[in-house]
Amino acid sequence: MADIQASGQDSVYLKATKEAVFAGLIAFGLFFLVVGFRTDQNINNELVLVQRWGLLAIFVAVAAIGRFIFAAFITPSRERAKLAKSKVSAAARADRRSLKATVSRFGLALLFIYPFLVILILALINFAATGQWAFQSGVQGSLKYVDNFGIQILIYVMLAWGLNIVVGLAGLLDLGYVAFYAVGAYSYALLSTHFGLSFWLLLPMAGIFAAMWGIVLGFPVLRLRGDYLAIVTLAFGEIIRLVLINWTVVTKGTFGVSGIAKATLFGIPFTTGPTGFAATFGLPNSGVYYKIFLYYLILFLALLTAWVTIRLRRMPIGRAWEALREDEIACRSLGINTTTTKLTAFATGAMFGGFAGSFFAARQGFVSPESFVFLESAIILAIVVLGGMGSLIGIAIAAAVMIGGTELLRELEFLKLIFGNDFTPELYRMLLFGLAMIVVMVWKPRGFVGNREPSAFLHERKMISSEFTKEGHG
Amino acid sequence: MVSEVRNNPNAVLRVEHLSMKFGGLVAINDLNFEAKRGDITALIGPNGAGKTTVFNCITGFYKPTEGMLTMTRDNGETYLLERMSDFVITKKAKVARTFQNIRLFSGLTVLENLLVAQHNPLMLSSGYTILGLLGFPTYKKAAADAIEKARFWLEKINLVDRADDPAGDLPYGAQRRLEIARAMCTDPELLCLDEPAAGLNARESAELNQLLLNIRKETGTSIILIEHDMSVVMEISDHVIVLEYGTKISDGTPETVKNDPKVIAAYLGVEDEEVVELIEHAAATGSDDITAAVDLLSTEAIHEIEVTHAEPSAAPLISTPATKAAKAAPAKPATAKAPAKAKTVAKPVDPAIKAGATSNALAAPRGGKPDSLIVIKGIGPVNERKLNEHGIFHFDQIAAWKKADVIAAEAYLAFDGRIAREDWIGQAKKLAKESQIKPAAKKTGGAK
Repeated sequence: MADIQASGQDSVYLKATKEAVFAGLIAFGLFFLVVGFRTDQNINNELVLVQRWGLLAIFVAVAAIGRFIFAAFITPSRERAKLAKSKVSAAARADRRSLKATVSRFGLALLFIYPFLVILILALINFAATGQWAFQSGVQGSLKYVDNFGIQILIYVMLAWGLNIVVGLAGLLDLGYVAFYAVGAYSYALLSTHFGLSFWLLLPMAGIFAAMWGIVLGFPVLRLRGDYLAIVTLAFGEIIRLVLINWTVVTKGTFGVSGIAKATLFGIPFTTGPTGFAATFGLPNSGVYYKIFLYYLILFLALLTAWVTIRLRRMPIGRAWEALREDEIACRSLGINTTTTKLTAFATGAMFGGFAGSFFAARQGFVSPESFVFLESAIILAIVVLGGMGSLIGIAIAAAVMIGGTELLRELEFLKLIFGNDFTPELYRMLLFGLAMIVVMVWKPRGFVGNREPSAFLHERKMISSEFTKEGHG
Repeated sequence: MVSEVRNNPNAVLRVEHLSMKFGGLVAINDLNFEAKRGDITALIGPNGAGKTTVFNCITGFYKPTEGMLTMTRDNGETYLLERMSDFVITKKAKVARTFQNIRLFSGLTVLENLLVAQHNPLMLSSGYTILGLLGFPTYKKAAADAIEKARFWLEKINLVDRADDPAGDLPYGAQRRLEIARAMCTDPELLCLDEPAAGLNARESAELNQLLLNIRKETGTSIILIEHDMSVVMEISDHVIVLEYGTKISDGTPETVKNDPKVIAAYLGVEDEEVVELIEHAAATGSDDITAAVDLLSTEAIHEIEVTHAEPSAAPLISTPATKAAKAAPAKPATAKAPAKAKTVAKPVDPAIKAGATSNALAAPRGGKPDSLIVIKGIGPVNERKLNEHGIFHFDQIAAWKKADVIAAEAYLAFDGRIAREDWIGQAKKLAKESQIKPAAKKTGGAK
């Protein structure tokens, strides 16, 4: 038995080696002329042939090693996993559920300590490098991680969770979601600069304005479905942006609104003066405090979105949204007013977009129509689709991967070692990003978490496989 | 026809002068009927007769071109359905419906499907979501009640075990039942079922009958159903309305309707020329009365309907071995192919007729339409088929049987002495006579 297994293992490696050699040869054949040689001009304007054997070797090695790893490890392990999966018992399923609960609890805890964790780690790195314990160094260095990663990702998490209500639950394809984000941002920017109203008053107001616009958009598109709905919502997003550009008297057009007041913590402003946050708490002056405050603010707003979504799914209105996604005509036959159901979905989704918008304005201190282009809508929608429509955890993961991923790609300096010094990873990040999306969609066509969690159960909560749920018809 | 609809306080739904036109196509033309409270009313008719259009008008999915649809609720409130939009009809007028092609929320669980149906009361108790969102106890109680109600209906339709499975994962029959339960969760006073038995097997459709009768008994809900399955229609409905080309062609109890020549003609899609032809043929064969000819047609139709739709339990139980025995039985020397009896259209016995046929066997029934032999006590659909295979189609043929014929027939029917014991010949004589004198009489005999 052991013999057979050993020989089985051997044959796997043998096969993998063969495949690797073969893949290497193919790669060599493919790239020999394309990568191995490069025509260039020398200083005398003569055509010269540059030989790049090293680079070619890297290409071939990548292909061969990749093939070897794939054939020797990934394929057998996937087969084993498939075999094991068919044998999981109910107990194992329950285990996995409890594991999932711990993971999400752990994730939540991590989100809460994230800024301090970053500060601590940076301080430790500094300590290791200089041998001097300076907490402040960690505080200063954390700015990038809290702001570029933490806040940026959480804004998109919140936006995607808001859009999830419209697209994931109610099944209404909305390509103009960024319009509500813009409405929220401009509501705060304009009302605070003109009337000096505080952030805490304007935050709910921005949400309400955006919800109103959601209803305004909702009315004309009530009778539209699918592609038609998508086109009209797309147009709506563009109209809002064009109005912001052209209504220069109010919005200052492309110049944007600048000098927007920052948010305050219970009346304590984040300024350098004697009444400022740092002075009040006896801390050295730094811009990081405001960023950390903003981090917790957006974390709170995002969690509010999640909480409301979770609660709403168990309410009749949430079930009506999902029923609407499944079958609108059946909904009407059960006495559900689909008009108000659709409008509430648009309004609720838009409201969270408005909250996020006013937060965005408070964070940036400056808003311009540049921030609300169609690409933003597309990214938010991509996050929702990638995460799995309707799934909060999946969407959060997708937002972290997509936004965090694009931020991370800025840091890919090591690629210069491979591709030479004139390689700028920033230019390729969108390409890599698009490739990653395609890979994920091929691997998981219904998003990271395609299963749907039922809103009520009689005996036990079973996840519903994505093959039964519909995407909605708009 | 117009005056048929009176102001009957018993009527749960009154349809008056209902017309629906799609451009030039008249789907329903001046339809009048009423459904009595607590009754099961069946709406039947050939494909494309406008039955589903009537349903869509009743439930507000179409706005009728003309006409008045009056729904009278148990508490006496009346609603004019043609003026209300679809969801208000369910909400206020308490009319629920199912669909011809099942429309469940396939990605929601069975339980959730039933909870969605209780949307309106739950909306109220959750204070239009706001109180519920804030966690007020009224909603928690209402939600628990809603689940209890769903459980009640799940027990009724036998799906408690599968409550947490997605509705799209259920087998077809269960999906049909779930759709009815979902409609019942809206607390309707009138339940409109669009082909509830479509795609069900015999056992499932018998269960469906029980479910519908149960629903009526326990909740007092009136039911209107569109159905092609005659075992459902004839067994449970109190009142049948037949549509053809958007007009009502018959209205009454199942008994009267199924004997209505117009209905049969409509159902079998008999062309007018064919009817004329049949009448001529009947005249030639001696049934000089024209109605007798039409009758000939109708008997055959009923027979066909009954044979194709007969519920197994309703069919007389004739053990299958008998059939085999009949086939295996050595062909008795066929009695001499005597010249046809007086009234038979003499046609040479066809080779198609099985061996062992009686003397007066026919190659085909006269006028293409055999008599419904099952009217004779002792002949069930199986025996009737066997008789037909052996060229016996009419009462007068049996009536004219001689002793040898009886022996021959008993051989292929695998009976001994039953024909004499049950006096088939006597019965057949009587029926043959009746069919000539008073054609209507034998039709009613065709009922199960």
